[in-house]
Amino acid sequence: MAAVADAWRALVDWYFALPPVVLVPLAGLLKVLAVFGWIVLNVLILIWLERKFSGRMQSRLGPMRVGRPHGWAQTIADTIKLLVKEDVIPRGVDRWLYVIAPAVVFTPALLVWAVVPFTRNWIVSDLNVALVYVAAAGSLAVLGIFMSGWGSNNKWSLLGAMRAAAQIISYEVPSVLSLMGVVMIAGSLSLQGIVAAQHRVWFIFLQPLGFIIYLIATLAELNRTPFDLTEAESELVAGFNTEYSGLRWAFFFLGEYANLLAASAIAATVFLGGWSGPFLPGIVWFVLKTYFFVILIMWIKWTMPRIRIDQMMEVGWKFLIPAALVNIAITGLVLLVV
Amino acid sequence: MAELNDLRLATGGEKPELRDVVTKDVGEEEILVSMGPQHPATHGVLRVVLKLSGETIVDAYPDIGYLHRGVEKIAEGWTYPQFVPMTDRLDYVAAMSNELAYVLAVERLMNIEVPPRAAYIRVIMAELQRIASHLVWLGAFGTDMGAVTLFLYCFREREKIIELFEMASGARLTYSYMRIGGVRNDLPDGFVEKARDFVKLMRQRLKEYDDLFTGNRIFEARTKGIGPLTAEQAIALSATGPTLRGSGVAYDVRRAEPYLIYDQLDFEVPVGKNGDTYDRYLCRMKEMRESLKIIEQCLDALPGGEVMAKVPKVIKPPAGEVYSLTEAPRGALGVYLVSDGSANPYRLHWRAPTFANLQIVRETTRGFKIADAVAVIGSVDIVLGEVDR
Repeated sequence: MAAVADAWRALVDWYFALPPVVLVPLAGLLKVLAVFGWIVLNVLILIWLERKFSGRMQSRLGPMRVGRPHGWAQTIADTIKLLVKEDVIPRGVDRWLYVIAPAVVFTPALLVWAVVPFTRNWIVSDLNVALVYVAAAGSLAVLGIFMSGWGSNNKWSLLGAMRAAAQIISYEVPSVLSLMGVVMIAGSLSLQGIVAAQHRVWFIFLQPLGFIIYLIATLAELNRTPFDLTEAESELVAGFNTEYSGLRWAFFFLGEYANLLAASAIAATVFLGGWSGPFLPGIVWFVLKTYFFVILIMWIKWTMPRIRIDQMMEVGWKFLIPAALVNIAITGLVLLVV
Repeated sequence: MAELNDLRLATGGEKPELRDVVTKDVGEEEILVSMGPQHPATHGVLRVVLKLSGETIVDAYPDIGYLHRGVEKIAEGWTYPQFVPMTDRLDYVAAMSNELAYVLAVERLMNIEVPPRAAYIRVIMAELQRIASHLVWLGAFGTDMGAVTLFLYCFREREKIIELFEMASGARLTYSYMRIGGVRNDLPDGFVEKARDFVKLMRQRLKEYDDLFTGNRIFEARTKGIGPLTAEQAIALSATGPTLRGSGVAYDVRRAEPYLIYDQLDFEVPVGKNGDTYDRYLCRMKEMRESLKIIEQCLDALPGGEVMAKVPKVIKPPAGEVYSLTEAPRGALGVYLVSDGSANPYRLHWRAPTFANLQIVRETTRGFKIADAVAVIGSVDIVLGEVDR
């Protein structure tokens, strides 16, 4: 035991003794790897959870066979299956767009994690404009979706991509506006600052309207039912990823769940006080709150029918944006008076 | 754009009407999309050629024939009883109703009177089948709307009906239970009790579906006012079943030309008002409740006695013809039989209700969105085995 501890201490000493020109990039790389590992681990759990949860809702069991108990290894088996599948690039696709689109969809979900505080000290970078950064990074995914839809050279994909563009652009606005109330109260755009501002009361209680708007807009940005129009299976076959298979398709899947996790983490941080909480360590609170949102979003997904594209635009522009503006005005008035 | 719009037709371009109507005059900003035959929302191998302007449908042409097996011709080479199993493979979601339509036609041709117990059993089976068929429709319709969970619930209840059918006939999908002159065997022990339990359970579950789906704001927004069909249009297209009744025409073969014991039973014929997708949906939901009522009455009044009439060993109907109409779950199912006095039918024609009902897709989807076309096709409740025959 002592030998291991000594070796570890030696390693740490060696690490911090490195010259800054090596240390800074190495630290960055290690953080990226840690975040990537965290995402992949969670996506594996999320996919399994979604299957079990939907199974529970639909009075069936979900995966049971691969790995006991309760098919815990099902996702791993599926991942291996997708990895060894033939890499099909259909004739007639726009090769460049087709090949890099899955990576472009996945990257924003990775970027968001750079500013999410896991605990008081665990954070890649406590950016002072973190919320703006989150909004900017989150809206990049639509580029990848549009690239895949256009590059596939398939009419269903193109329709899905056009829907995605319309959807994400119009729901980005209420999503950002709904967070403004929180920023006004907290007086900070940094996520650590927002967590600190919630030490007495969570913002979900101070900003209920903002929370509801954020939740709806997030569902739309995540392409989750009732807003899963971009891949609406019964309408567009599979939407933007119709022509994808194997590992490239898996990247879309990974991106979808990574985005779900990132959005849940942001919601937990902004509205539920993030890692702060009594008794338990911060990381436990953070994971619990994040998974609360994950479950909430899954619950909605497996209950609701799908809304139509024009109705969705109506909800966005005619209801959510005015409501978000009203929320900002009310927040401002209250802050002025108090 | 012209290259993009070069859609090959299933029949090698031999359908002049489709080619003219849909593929000609494609505007500068319009695209042709082939929805099906491999598409999740077309319930089998239906293909709809869509002419789209953005997401808006300019024209939609249902292209059928991918499941054609020449069943009507096959019938001419087979004896009358041999054809009963084949009827199961037409509308495979409602096999009992198909058998009933066929054996009724033969019986009418031969003037066979069915024993009362057999008539009651047939009605019970036909109405159970109606519920099972509507459950499949409801589940598929929910999936079309993006509500996947409902599908599992519907199939859970349908399983109970299939268990009942399995008790009686030994089969789960293709029953061959109806025979010319009656039914294959009497109801097994415990069937009546199990059927009663099902009726009770189903009433609760229908309430559950209403809670989950009927009052849902999104569902109403997706169906109300979508694909409206006027009563005149519906009659002109010879639509039948819930597709017709949704438009407000109270035509039900069970009432209009009663067969078996339907004239002695107390049930209502639900009709809609606006003829939109929502009304067609409501009609079917109410029909399931009426079917439960009919099953309950039949179970209460089930008489004893034989389940098969005296029929000759070799069925040779006298020369002549008959057109026999029954109310299948999807609409009026007609069987036209011509006999030349031999043991094989001279000609059999199957008036499939969904063949006619499918025609409303083109009339009702113009100007709506792709998502609405999916809803309309779902609300028509097609089974391609029957459309193509």
